Amino acid sequence: MIEVKNIHKSFGDAHVLKGISSVFDKGKTNLIIGQSGSGKTVFLKCLLGLFTPEEGTISYDGKIYDELSSKEQRDLRQEMGMVFQGSALFDSLTVEGNVMFPMEMFTKQSRSEMQDRVDFVLKRVNLIDAHHKYPSEISGGMQKRVAIARAIVMNPKYLFCDEPNSGLDPKTAILIDNLIKEITEEYDITTVINTHDMNSVMEIGEKIVFLKNGLKEWEGTKHEIFKTDNEAVTNFVYSSELFKKVRQMYIEERN
Amino acid sequence: MNYLASIGSYALMVIEVFKKPTKWRIMKALILKEIDELIYGSLGILVFISFFIGGVVAIQTALNITSELIPKYLVGFATRQSIILEFAPTFCSIIMAGKVGSYITSSIGTMRVTEQIDALEVMGVNALNYLVFPKIIAMMLYPFIIAISMYVGIFGGWIAGVFGGFSTSADFVEGVQLDFIPFHVTYAFIKTLVFAFILATIPSFHGFYMKGGALEVGKASTTSFVWTSVVIIILNYILTQLMLG
Repeated sequence: MIEVKNIHKSFGDAHVLKGISSVFDKGKTNLIIGQSGSGKTVFLKCLLGLFTPEEGTISYDGKIYDELSSKEQRDLRQEMGMVFQGSALFDSLTVEGNVMFPMEMFTKQSRSEMQDRVDFVLKRVNLIDAHHKYPSEISGGMQKRVAIARAIVMNPKYLFCDEPNSGLDPKTAILIDNLIKEITEEYDITTVINTHDMNSVMEIGEKIVFLKNGLKEWEGTKHEIFKTDNEAVTNFVYSSELFKKVRQMYIEERN
Repeated sequence: MNYLASIGSYALMVIEVFKKPTKWRIMKALILKEIDELIYGSLGILVFISFFIGGVVAIQTALNITSELIPKYLVGFATRQSIILEFAPTFCSIIMAGKVGSYITSSIGTMRVTEQIDALEVMGVNALNYLVFPKIIAMMLYPFIIAISMYVGIFGGWIAGVFGGFSTSADFVEGVQLDFIPFHVTYAFIKTLVFAFILATIPSFHGFYMKGGALEVGKASTTSFVWTSVVIIILNYILTQLMLG
Protein backbone atom coordinates (compact mmCIF):
# COMPACT_ATOMS: atom_id res chain seq x y z
CA MET A 1 0.00 0.00 0.00
CA ILE A 2 1.21 3.50 -0.83
CA GLU A 3 -0.06 6.41 1.20
CA VAL A 4 0.42 9.95 -0.06
CA LYS A 5 -0.21 12.85 2.33
CA ASN A 6 -0.48 16.45 1.16
CA ILE A 7 2.41 16.52 -1.29
CA HIS A 8 3.53 19.74 -2.93
CA LYS A 9 6.03 20.07 -5.74
CA SER A 10 7.18 23.19 -7.58
CA PHE A 11 9.60 23.92 -10.40
CA GLY A 12 10.69 27.55 -10.08
CA ASP A 13 7.50 29.60 -10.02
CA ALA A 14 5.34 26.75 -11.30
CA HIS A 15 3.48 25.08 -8.42
CA VAL A 16 2.77 21.74 -10.09
CA LEU A 17 1.39 19.64 -7.21
CA LYS A 18 -0.67 21.60 -4.70
CA GLY A 19 -1.32 19.22 -1.84
CA ILE A 20 -2.37 15.79 -3.10
CA SER A 21 -3.36 13.02 -0.70
CA SER A 22 -4.50 9.52 -1.56
CA VAL A 23 -4.09 5.85 -0.72
CA PHE A 24 -3.20 3.20 -3.31
CA ASP A 25 -4.13 -0.28 -2.21
CA LYS A 26 -2.20 -3.49 -2.62
CA GLY A 27 -3.37 -5.95 -5.28
CA LYS A 28 -5.32 -3.26 -7.10
CA THR A 29 -4.78 -1.27 -10.26
CA ASN A 30 -4.85 2.37 -9.23
CA LEU A 31 -5.20 4.86 -12.07
CA ILE A 32 -4.18 8.51 -12.11
CA ILE A 33 -6.04 10.37 -14.81
CA GLY A 34 -6.21 13.98 -15.92
CA GLN A 35 -5.50 16.26 -18.82
CA SER A 36 -2.01 16.97 -20.07
CA GLY A 37 -0.32 19.38 -17.68
CA SER A 38 -2.44 18.34 -14.71
CA GLY A 39 0.62 17.04 -12.83
CA LYS A 40 0.23 13.29 -13.44
CA THR A 41 3.80 12.63 -14.51
CA VAL A 42 5.29 14.78 -11.72
CA PHE A 43 3.07 12.94 -9.23
CA LEU A 44 4.24 9.56 -10.55
CA LYS A 45 7.88 10.67 -10.44
CA CYS A 46 7.37 11.72 -6.81
CA LEU A 47 6.00 8.24 -6.06
CA LEU A 48 9.06 6.74 -7.74
CA GLY A 49 11.43 8.89 -5.70
CA LEU A 50 12.77 10.64 -8.82
CA PHE A 51 11.40 13.98 -7.54
CA THR A 52 11.42 15.03 -3.90
CA PRO A 53 8.26 16.85 -2.79
CA GLU A 54 8.84 20.10 -0.88
CA GLU A 55 6.04 19.27 1.50
CA GLY A 56 4.06 16.18 2.49
CA THR A 57 4.99 12.52 2.87
CA ILE A 58 4.86 9.34 0.82
CA SER A 59 4.88 6.04 2.69
CA TYR A 60 5.31 2.57 1.27
CA ASP A 61 3.71 -0.07 3.51
CA GLY A 62 4.20 2.26 6.46
CA LYS A 63 7.79 3.30 5.62
CA ILE A 64 8.01 7.05 5.05
CA TYR A 65 10.43 7.59 2.14
CA ASP A 66 12.00 10.80 3.47
CA GLU A 67 12.77 9.19 6.82
CA LEU A 68 14.70 6.30 5.28
CA SER A 69 18.51 6.29 5.00
CA SER A 70 20.07 6.44 1.51
CA LYS A 71 20.66 2.69 1.62
CA GLU A 72 17.09 2.00 2.70
CA GLN A 73 15.84 4.26 -0.09
CA ARG A 74 17.96 2.33 -2.61
CA ASP A 75 16.66 -0.97 -1.24
CA LEU A 76 13.10 0.35 -1.51
CA ARG A 77 13.74 1.41 -5.11
CA GLN A 78 14.66 -2.17 -5.87
CA GLU A 79 11.17 -3.16 -4.78
CA MET A 80 9.71 -0.89 -7.45
CA GLY A 81 9.12 -1.74 -11.08
CA MET A 82 8.46 0.90 -13.68
CA VAL A 83 7.00 0.72 -17.18
CA PHE A 84 7.86 3.93 -19.00
CA GLN A 85 5.73 5.61 -21.65
CA GLY A 86 8.25 4.85 -24.38
CA SER A 87 9.24 1.51 -22.78
CA ALA A 88 12.78 2.86 -22.08
CA LEU A 89 14.44 -0.41 -23.07
CA PHE A 90 18.23 -0.30 -23.34
CA ASP A 91 19.01 -0.17 -27.06
CA SER A 92 22.35 -1.90 -26.69
CA LEU A 93 20.88 -4.96 -24.95
CA THR A 94 18.73 -7.76 -26.35
CA VAL A 95 15.27 -8.47 -24.97
CA GLU A 96 16.83 -11.09 -22.70
CA GLY A 97 19.59 -8.67 -21.65
CA ASN A 98 17.05 -5.99 -20.81
CA VAL A 99 15.00 -8.31 -18.62
CA MET A 100 18.08 -9.80 -16.97
CA PHE A 101 19.62 -6.36 -16.32
CA PRO A 102 18.14 -5.68 -12.82
CA MET A 103 19.07 -9.21 -11.71
CA GLU A 104 22.63 -8.84 -12.94
CA MET A 105 22.91 -5.53 -11.13
CA PHE A 106 21.39 -6.46 -7.81
CA THR A 107 21.44 -10.22 -7.24
CA LYS A 108 24.13 -12.82 -6.80
CA GLN A 109 22.21 -15.48 -8.69
CA SER A 110 24.01 -17.78 -11.08
CA ARG A 111 23.62 -17.32 -14.82
CA SER A 112 21.32 -20.37 -15.08
CA GLU A 113 19.08 -19.15 -12.24
CA MET A 114 18.78 -15.75 -13.91
CA GLN A 115 18.11 -17.40 -17.26
CA ASP A 116 15.31 -19.50 -15.75
CA ARG A 117 13.70 -16.41 -14.21
CA VAL A 118 14.00 -14.47 -17.49
CA ASP A 119 12.42 -17.36 -19.42
CA PHE A 120 9.61 -17.47 -16.88
CA VAL A 121 8.74 -13.76 -16.98
CA LEU A 122 9.03 -13.55 -20.76
CA LYS A 123 6.66 -16.50 -21.01
CA ARG A 124 4.36 -14.76 -18.52
CA VAL A 125 4.10 -11.71 -20.79
CA ASN A 126 3.62 -14.00 -23.81
CA LEU A 127 6.98 -13.35 -25.43
CA ILE A 128 8.47 -16.68 -26.37
CA ASP A 129 10.73 -16.20 -29.38
CA ALA A 130 12.10 -12.71 -28.86
CA HIS A 131 14.96 -13.46 -26.42
CA HIS A 132 17.78 -12.54 -28.78
CA LYS A 133 16.15 -9.67 -30.61
CA TYR A 134 17.05 -6.05 -29.98
CA PRO A 135 14.37 -3.49 -29.00
CA SER A 136 14.57 -1.90 -32.46
CA GLU A 137 13.66 -5.26 -34.04
CA ILE A 138 10.35 -5.74 -32.20
CA SER A 139 6.97 -3.97 -32.34
CA GLY A 140 5.76 -1.30 -29.89
CA GLY A 141 3.41 -3.78 -28.20
CA MET A 142 6.23 -6.28 -27.77
CA GLN A 143 8.47 -3.54 -26.37
CA LYS A 144 5.80 -2.74 -23.78
CA ARG A 145 5.65 -6.42 -22.82
CA VAL A 146 9.43 -6.54 -22.46
CA ALA A 147 9.21 -3.42 -20.28
CA ILE A 148 6.60 -5.15 -18.11
CA ALA A 149 8.77 -8.27 -17.92
CA ARG A 150 11.75 -6.13 -16.84
CA ALA A 151 9.59 -4.37 -14.27
CA ILE A 152 8.38 -7.60 -12.65
CA VAL A 153 11.52 -9.72 -12.92
CA MET A 154 12.66 -8.74 -9.40
CA ASN A 155 9.24 -9.50 -7.88
CA PRO A 156 8.45 -5.86 -7.10
CA LYS A 157 6.01 -4.80 -4.39
CA TYR A 158 5.11 -1.67 -6.32
CA LEU A 159 4.54 -1.34 -10.06
CA PHE A 160 4.31 2.04 -11.77
CA CYS A 161 3.24 2.53 -15.37
CA ASP A 162 3.38 5.82 -17.25
CA GLU A 163 0.83 5.76 -20.05
CA PRO A 164 1.45 2.11 -20.88
CA ASN A 165 -0.93 2.26 -23.86
CA SER A 166 0.40 5.27 -25.67
CA GLY A 167 1.17 4.56 -29.30
CA LEU A 168 -0.55 1.17 -29.30
CA ASP A 169 -3.54 0.04 -31.35
CA PRO A 170 -6.77 -0.51 -29.33
CA LYS A 171 -6.48 -4.30 -29.35
CA THR A 172 -2.86 -4.37 -28.18
CA ALA A 173 -3.71 -1.64 -25.64
CA ILE A 174 -6.37 -3.87 -24.08
CA LEU A 175 -3.92 -6.80 -24.02
CA ILE A 176 -1.38 -4.68 -22.16
CA ASP A 177 -4.05 -3.38 -19.73
CA ASN A 178 -5.24 -6.87 -18.95
CA LEU A 179 -1.69 -8.14 -18.55
CA ILE A 180 -0.95 -5.41 -15.99
CA LYS A 181 -4.18 -6.21 -14.11
CA GLU A 182 -3.46 -9.97 -14.10
CA ILE A 183 0.08 -9.43 -12.86
CA THR A 184 -1.13 -7.04 -10.16
CA GLU A 185 -3.57 -9.61 -8.80
CA GLU A 186 -1.28 -12.60 -9.31
CA TYR A 187 1.68 -11.11 -7.42
CA ASP A 188 -0.36 -8.89 -5.06
CA ILE A 189 1.44 -5.75 -6.21
CA THR A 190 0.46 -2.13 -5.54
CA THR A 191 0.09 -0.84 -9.09
CA VAL A 192 -0.21 2.84 -10.01
CA ILE A 193 -0.90 3.69 -13.65
CA ASN A 194 -0.73 7.12 -15.19
CA THR A 195 -3.08 7.38 -18.15
CA HIS A 196 -5.49 9.55 -20.08
CA ASP A 197 -6.88 6.60 -21.98
CA MET A 198 -10.54 6.16 -21.03
CA ASN A 199 -10.54 2.60 -22.37
CA SER A 200 -7.95 1.74 -19.72
CA VAL A 201 -10.10 3.41 -17.08
CA MET A 202 -13.08 1.28 -18.03
CA GLU A 203 -11.00 -1.87 -18.46
CA ILE A 204 -8.86 -1.93 -15.32
CA GLY A 205 -9.65 1.14 -13.17
CA GLU A 206 -10.23 -0.30 -9.71
CA LYS A 207 -9.38 3.03 -8.14
CA ILE A 208 -9.22 6.25 -10.09
CA VAL A 209 -7.69 9.53 -8.98
CA PHE A 210 -8.52 12.52 -11.18
CA LEU A 211 -6.01 15.38 -11.10
CA LYS A 212 -6.70 18.89 -12.28
CA ASN A 213 -4.22 21.78 -12.10
CA GLY A 214 -2.10 19.95 -9.52
CA LEU A 215 -5.01 19.14 -7.21
CA LYS A 216 -6.95 15.96 -6.61
CA GLU A 217 -10.33 16.84 -8.11
CA TRP A 218 -12.04 13.50 -7.62
CA GLU A 219 -11.42 9.87 -6.72
CA GLY A 220 -13.52 6.74 -6.99
CA THR A 221 -13.97 3.52 -8.96
CA LYS A 222 -14.70 2.93 -12.63
CA HIS A 223 -18.34 2.35 -11.72
CA GLU A 224 -18.58 5.61 -9.81
CA ILE A 225 -16.97 7.69 -12.53
CA PHE A 226 -20.09 7.28 -14.71
CA LYS A 227 -22.35 8.51 -11.95
CA THR A 228 -20.35 11.49 -10.77
CA ASP A 229 -21.69 14.99 -11.19
CA ASN A 230 -18.24 16.53 -10.91
CA GLU A 231 -18.12 18.79 -13.96
CA ALA A 232 -14.36 18.57 -14.49
CA VAL A 233 -14.49 14.78 -14.44
CA THR A 234 -17.49 14.54 -16.78
CA ASN A 235 -15.90 17.04 -19.19
CA PHE A 236 -12.76 14.90 -19.26
CA VAL A 237 -14.44 11.50 -19.40
CA TYR A 238 -17.06 12.43 -21.96
CA SER A 239 -14.85 14.43 -24.26
CA SER A 240 -15.15 11.75 -26.96
CA GLU A 241 -18.34 11.03 -28.91
CA LEU A 242 -18.12 7.35 -27.98
CA PHE A 243 -18.23 8.04 -24.27
CA LYS A 244 -20.95 10.66 -24.69
CA LYS A 245 -23.09 7.89 -26.21
CA VAL A 246 -22.14 5.49 -23.44
CA ARG A 247 -23.24 8.06 -20.85
CA GLN A 248 -26.50 8.66 -22.75
CA MET A 249 -27.19 4.93 -22.77
CA TYR A 250 -26.36 4.72 -19.08
CA ILE A 251 -28.75 7.59 -18.23
CA GLU A 252 -31.49 6.05 -20.38
CA GLU A 253 -30.97 2.68 -18.74
CA ARG A 254 -31.14 4.27 -15.27
CA ASN A 255 -34.37 6.09 -16.12
CA MET B 1 26.23 33.11 -13.61
CA ASN B 2 25.07 30.33 -15.90
CA TYR B 3 28.64 29.36 -16.66
CA LEU B 4 29.46 29.21 -12.95
CA ALA B 5 26.39 27.06 -12.32
CA SER B 6 27.44 24.73 -15.15
CA ILE B 7 30.97 24.44 -13.76
CA GLY B 8 29.48 23.59 -10.36
CA SER B 9 27.14 21.00 -11.86
CA TYR B 10 30.04 19.50 -13.81
CA ALA B 11 32.13 19.19 -10.62
CA LEU B 12 29.24 17.54 -8.78
CA MET B 13 28.75 15.17 -11.71
CA VAL B 14 32.42 14.14 -11.62
CA ILE B 15 32.17 13.41 -7.87
CA GLU B 16 28.96 11.40 -8.42
CA VAL B 17 30.65 9.31 -11.15
CA PHE B 18 33.00 7.81 -8.58
CA LYS B 19 30.29 7.02 -6.00
CA LYS B 20 28.34 3.78 -5.56
CA PRO B 21 30.23 1.68 -8.10
CA THR B 22 28.56 -0.78 -10.42
CA LYS B 23 29.37 -4.49 -9.98
CA TRP B 24 32.84 -5.24 -11.35
CA ARG B 25 31.54 -8.09 -13.55
CA ILE B 26 29.25 -5.66 -15.38
CA MET B 27 31.71 -2.76 -15.29
CA LYS B 28 34.45 -4.89 -16.88
CA ALA B 29 32.24 -5.62 -19.88
CA LEU B 30 31.27 -1.95 -20.17
CA ILE B 31 34.92 -0.82 -20.06
CA LEU B 32 35.91 -3.28 -22.79
CA LYS B 33 32.99 -2.09 -24.93
CA GLU B 34 34.02 1.54 -24.48
CA ILE B 35 37.67 0.74 -25.30
CA ASP B 36 36.43 -0.77 -28.53
CA GLU B 37 34.18 2.21 -29.33
CA LEU B 38 36.32 5.12 -28.14
CA ILE B 39 39.92 3.95 -28.56
CA TYR B 40 40.05 1.18 -31.16
CA GLY B 41 37.30 2.90 -33.17
CA SER B 42 39.32 6.14 -33.33
CA LEU B 43 42.64 4.57 -34.29
CA GLY B 44 41.99 4.58 -38.05
CA ILE B 45 41.04 8.24 -38.37
CA LEU B 46 43.90 9.40 -36.12
CA VAL B 47 46.50 7.35 -38.03
CA PHE B 48 45.14 8.70 -41.33
CA ILE B 49 45.18 12.35 -40.21
CA SER B 50 48.55 12.05 -38.43
CA PHE B 51 50.22 10.62 -41.52
CA PHE B 52 49.10 13.44 -43.78
CA ILE B 53 49.56 16.24 -41.26
CA GLY B 54 53.10 14.97 -40.63
CA GLY B 55 53.68 15.11 -44.36
CA VAL B 56 52.29 18.64 -44.63
CA VAL B 57 54.38 19.89 -41.69
CA ALA B 58 57.53 18.52 -43.39
CA ILE B 59 56.66 20.10 -46.74
CA GLN B 60 55.72 23.48 -45.22
CA THR B 61 58.92 23.57 -43.19
CA ALA B 62 61.04 22.68 -46.21
CA LEU B 63 59.34 25.27 -48.40
CA ASN B 64 59.96 27.99 -45.82
CA ILE B 65 63.67 27.28 -45.59
CA THR B 66 64.96 29.70 -48.15
CA SER B 67 68.34 30.53 -46.64
CA GLU B 68 71.28 28.28 -47.44
CA LEU B 69 72.54 28.93 -43.90
CA ILE B 70 69.69 26.98 -42.36
CA PRO B 71 70.64 23.29 -42.08
CA LYS B 72 68.51 20.75 -44.01
CA TYR B 73 68.00 18.58 -40.95
CA LEU B 74 65.63 21.29 -39.69
CA VAL B 75 62.81 19.63 -41.66
CA GLY B 76 63.02 16.47 -39.53
CA PHE B 77 63.62 18.46 -36.35
CA ALA B 78 60.59 20.76 -36.91
CA THR B 79 58.38 17.82 -37.87
CA ARG B 80 59.32 15.93 -34.70
CA GLN B 81 58.83 18.92 -32.44
CA SER B 82 55.50 19.94 -34.01
CA ILE B 83 54.10 16.43 -33.93
CA ILE B 84 55.23 15.49 -30.41
CA LEU B 85 54.58 18.79 -28.68
CA GLU B 86 51.37 19.97 -30.26
CA PHE B 87 49.89 18.05 -33.15
CA ALA B 88 49.58 14.61 -31.57
CA PRO B 89 48.37 15.60 -28.10
CA THR B 90 46.36 18.75 -28.85
CA PHE B 91 45.24 18.72 -32.48
CA CYS B 92 44.28 15.04 -32.23
CA SER B 93 42.28 15.82 -29.07
CA ILE B 94 40.30 18.48 -30.95
CA ILE B 95 39.57 15.87 -33.62
CA MET B 96 38.57 13.44 -30.87
CA ALA B 97 36.25 16.10 -29.38
CA GLY B 98 34.38 15.93 -32.67
CA LYS B 99 34.47 12.18 -33.14
CA VAL B 100 34.31 10.69 -29.65
CA GLY B 101 32.73 13.72 -27.95
CA SER B 102 29.73 13.93 -30.24
CA TYR B 103 29.29 10.14 -29.99
CA ILE B 104 29.28 10.31 -26.18
CA THR B 105 26.89 13.28 -26.01
CA SER B 106 24.46 11.88 -28.56
CA SER B 107 24.42 8.36 -27.08
CA ILE B 108 23.88 9.57 -23.50
CA GLY B 109 21.52 12.32 -24.69
CA THR B 110 19.41 9.78 -26.58
CA MET B 111 19.26 7.66 -23.44
CA ARG B 112 18.02 10.74 -21.56
CA VAL B 113 15.37 11.54 -24.19
CA THR B 114 14.11 7.96 -24.34
CA GLU B 115 13.93 7.74 -20.52
CA GLN B 116 16.61 5.01 -20.36
CA ILE B 117 18.50 7.08 -17.74
CA ASP B 118 15.29 7.44 -15.72
CA ALA B 119 14.91 3.66 -15.95
CA LEU B 120 18.42 3.18 -14.51
CA GLU B 121 17.71 5.63 -11.68
CA VAL B 122 14.37 4.02 -10.83
CA MET B 123 16.14 0.67 -10.54
CA GLY B 124 18.54 2.25 -8.03
CA VAL B 125 21.54 2.21 -10.39
CA ASN B 126 24.01 5.12 -10.17
CA ALA B 127 23.48 6.13 -13.80
CA LEU B 128 26.53 8.40 -13.85
CA ASN B 129 28.81 5.65 -12.62
CA TYR B 130 27.26 3.14 -15.03
CA LEU B 131 27.52 5.43 -18.07
CA VAL B 132 30.48 7.74 -17.51
CA PHE B 133 32.98 5.77 -15.41
CA PRO B 134 33.69 3.16 -18.13
CA LYS B 135 34.28 5.98 -20.62
CA ILE B 136 36.82 7.65 -18.29
CA ILE B 137 38.68 4.36 -17.77
CA ALA B 138 38.62 3.56 -21.50
CA MET B 139 39.97 7.03 -22.32
CA MET B 140 42.95 6.42 -20.02
CA LEU B 141 44.25 4.32 -22.93
CA TYR B 142 44.15 7.41 -25.12
CA PRO B 143 47.92 8.07 -24.72
CA PHE B 144 48.56 4.78 -26.55
CA ILE B 145 46.87 5.99 -29.72
CA ILE B 146 48.60 9.35 -29.33
CA ALA B 147 51.93 7.49 -29.20
CA ILE B 148 50.97 5.75 -32.44
CA SER B 149 49.92 9.13 -33.86
CA MET B 150 53.38 10.53 -33.01
CA TYR B 151 55.16 7.71 -34.82
CA VAL B 152 52.88 7.84 -37.83
CA GLY B 153 53.08 11.65 -38.03
CA ILE B 154 56.87 11.62 -38.08
CA PHE B 155 56.81 8.75 -40.56
CA GLY B 156 54.44 10.77 -42.78
CA GLY B 157 56.87 13.67 -42.58
CA TRP B 158 59.75 11.40 -43.61
CA ILE B 159 57.78 9.99 -46.58
CA ALA B 160 56.73 13.47 -47.78
CA GLY B 161 60.15 14.98 -47.14
CA VAL B 162 62.21 12.23 -48.77
CA PHE B 163 59.93 11.15 -51.61
CA GLY B 164 58.84 14.73 -52.33
CA GLY B 165 62.49 15.70 -52.77
CA PHE B 166 62.47 18.22 -49.91
CA SER B 167 65.04 16.45 -47.76
CA THR B 168 67.35 13.48 -47.81
CA SER B 169 66.57 10.55 -45.54
CA ALA B 170 69.82 11.08 -43.65
CA ASP B 171 69.10 14.79 -43.04
CA PHE B 172 65.55 14.05 -41.92
CA VAL B 173 66.61 11.27 -39.52
CA GLU B 174 69.40 13.48 -38.17
CA GLY B 175 66.83 16.21 -37.49
CA VAL B 176 64.48 13.78 -35.77
CA GLN B 177 67.30 12.63 -33.46
CA LEU B 178 68.77 16.07 -32.82
CA ASP B 179 68.50 17.54 -29.31
CA PHE B 180 65.82 15.09 -28.32
CA ILE B 181 64.43 15.91 -24.87
CA PRO B 182 62.60 12.91 -23.39
CA PHE B 183 60.61 15.20 -21.08
CA HIS B 184 58.78 16.56 -24.14
CA VAL B 185 57.20 13.14 -24.59
CA THR B 186 56.32 13.01 -20.88
CA TYR B 187 54.78 16.48 -21.21
CA ALA B 188 52.79 15.35 -24.24
CA PHE B 189 51.47 12.27 -22.41
CA ILE B 190 50.53 14.25 -19.29
CA LYS B 191 48.57 16.65 -21.53
CA THR B 192 46.98 13.70 -23.30
CA LEU B 193 45.81 12.14 -20.03
CA VAL B 194 44.24 15.44 -18.92
CA PHE B 195 42.56 15.83 -22.31
CA ALA B 196 41.36 12.21 -22.14
CA PHE B 197 39.52 13.00 -18.90
CA ILE B 198 38.02 16.12 -20.49
CA LEU B 199 37.02 14.17 -23.62
CA ALA B 200 35.16 11.62 -21.51
CA THR B 201 33.48 13.94 -19.01
CA ILE B 202 32.44 17.17 -20.77
CA PRO B 203 30.49 15.39 -23.56
CA SER B 204 28.95 13.10 -20.90
CA PHE B 205 27.88 16.17 -18.92
CA HIS B 206 26.18 17.72 -21.95
CA GLY B 207 24.42 14.45 -22.79
CA PHE B 208 23.40 13.54 -19.25
CA TYR B 209 21.85 16.88 -18.31
CA MET B 210 20.26 17.73 -21.67
CA LYS B 211 16.56 18.51 -21.83
CA GLY B 212 14.18 18.20 -24.75
CA GLY B 213 13.94 15.88 -27.74
CA ALA B 214 15.87 14.69 -30.76
CA LEU B 215 16.66 18.21 -31.98
CA GLU B 216 18.19 19.08 -28.61
CA VAL B 217 20.41 15.98 -28.80
CA GLY B 218 21.95 17.46 -31.95
CA LYS B 219 22.32 20.87 -30.31
CA ALA B 220 23.87 19.29 -27.20
CA SER B 221 26.43 17.47 -29.41
CA THR B 222 27.44 20.75 -31.05
CA THR B 223 27.65 22.59 -27.71
CA SER B 224 29.64 19.72 -26.25
CA PHE B 225 32.15 19.85 -29.14
CA VAL B 226 32.59 23.61 -28.74
CA TRP B 227 33.11 23.45 -24.97
CA THR B 228 35.37 20.40 -25.07
CA SER B 229 37.56 22.16 -27.66
CA VAL B 230 37.61 25.42 -25.68
CA VAL B 231 38.58 23.65 -22.45
CA ILE B 232 41.29 21.63 -24.25
CA ILE B 233 42.76 24.80 -25.77
CA ILE B 234 42.76 26.63 -22.42
CA LEU B 235 44.23 23.66 -20.53
CA ASN B 236 46.83 23.24 -23.27
CA TYR B 237 48.00 26.77 -22.59
CA ILE B 238 48.00 26.35 -18.80
CA LEU B 239 49.80 22.98 -18.89
CA THR B 240 52.38 24.26 -21.36
CA GLN B 241 53.06 27.27 -19.15
CA LEU B 242 53.33 25.07 -16.06
CA MET B 243 55.53 22.35 -17.54
CA LEU B 244 57.62 24.09 -20.15
CA GLY B 245 57.38 27.77 -19.23
